[in-house]
Amino acid sequence: MPTTNLNQEATVANLCERMNMDNLTPEIEISTRKIPTYSLNRPSLQLTGFFKGFAGGRIQLIGYAEQVYLDTLEKPVIIERFEKIASYDEIPCIIFTRGYHPCDGIMEICRAHQLPVLVSPLSTSETISEMTRWLRVVLAPRTTIHGVLVDVYGEGVLITGDSGIGKSEAALELVKRGHRLVSDDVVEIRKVSDETLVGLAPEMTRDFIELRGIGIINVRAMFGFEAVKQSQNIDMIVNLEEYKKEKKFDRLGLEDNYKEILGNKIRIHNIPIRPGRNIAIIVESAAVNNRAKKMGYSAPEEFFKRVNAEMKM
Amino acid sequence: MTSRDVVVNLSHDTERRMAELVSLAGEFASRIHLSGQDKRINAKSIMGVMTLVSYSGDTITVTADGTDETEAVEAIADFFAC
Repeated sequence: MPTTNLNQEATVANLCERMNMDNLTPEIEISTRKIPTYSLNRPSLQLTGFFKGFAGGRIQLIGYAEQVYLDTLEKPVIIERFEKIASYDEIPCIIFTRGYHPCDGIMEICRAHQLPVLVSPLSTSETISEMTRWLRVVLAPRTTIHGVLVDVYGEGVLITGDSGIGKSEAALELVKRGHRLVSDDVVEIRKVSDETLVGLAPEMTRDFIELRGIGIINVRAMFGFEAVKQSQNIDMIVNLEEYKKEKKFDRLGLEDNYKEILGNKIRIHNIPIRPGRNIAIIVESAAVNNRAKKMGYSAPEEFFKRVNAEMKM
Repeated sequence: MTSRDVVVNLSHDTERRMAELVSLAGEFASRIHLSGQDKRINAKSIMGVMTLVSYSGDTITVTADGTDETEAVEAIADFFAC
């Protein structure tokens, strides 16, 4: 299976290519035909002639059951029902699964209504699940954030903070320490599920870091492919802040703070910055600590257990 | 918060103009953002401004937030006007 290109658009042409489908109507333009939603419709009821509540804006998928039913129908009936389905002109495309080729009557109607017809070689349920997965990713809600995304020990760490605080410098040092840069300065974020945010670099700035006073450098050219990554799930945020005496920073790490991005909650650490602080090591430790927490270990909890045990004695 | 719509004009001398835009934004204390369809770009970031090229000729919104926001929006609008 090809890997999903997150920058792809949800068009019928991309879907057709991604799913290795046959396009039976190559004369219809599909590269600009957009798919508005990942939900699809199996028009079984419509084939029986019942059109109330018909989801006529979705992809129509004719699976095995519908195909078996179609084969029992008289030709004029098939024509009548398809004529009605095809009259909904917001349908992105119609897909037949299991390599089923529709009869000439159906093809004629679809051509007349400029409705693309695709044939999937896969079974119905495989087609549905693979297609839904791909569509959910490419149709995911998206936003951009000012920050740096680095893969640190497999944890996606989004470093945020005001301009000039040292995000890019931290990223460069992390790269030098063997971690991977995903994006500097501008991170495009996709919400692929209620739990998962994926971050990537805009194509224009991929592999580049800007260092004040030096300019733009190419991390992939300098450090090789091992130093860069195309996309990464975002597991935590490290927010760099100028150290201020009156601002309180977390001293124990018992409570988790979260920041919401596209409705998903991401654990955030606010780190005070003073000249000479080694940010890369702090980010590394935060990443390992986050991994430990995911694996069920919490250092402050253990610390307090010890404190409590001491008190009882 | 002050904002204004401007047309992105980076067609001539693109790289130099992008660098100028970033340093111009850097002169202000306010946070300055440029937002288009599904992007919100920090005007003080060269990497962000580089991605503006895809908006060339389109209208984007300049937003500034801070003590000198009015001057900042004015300066950025003037920058795109010439």
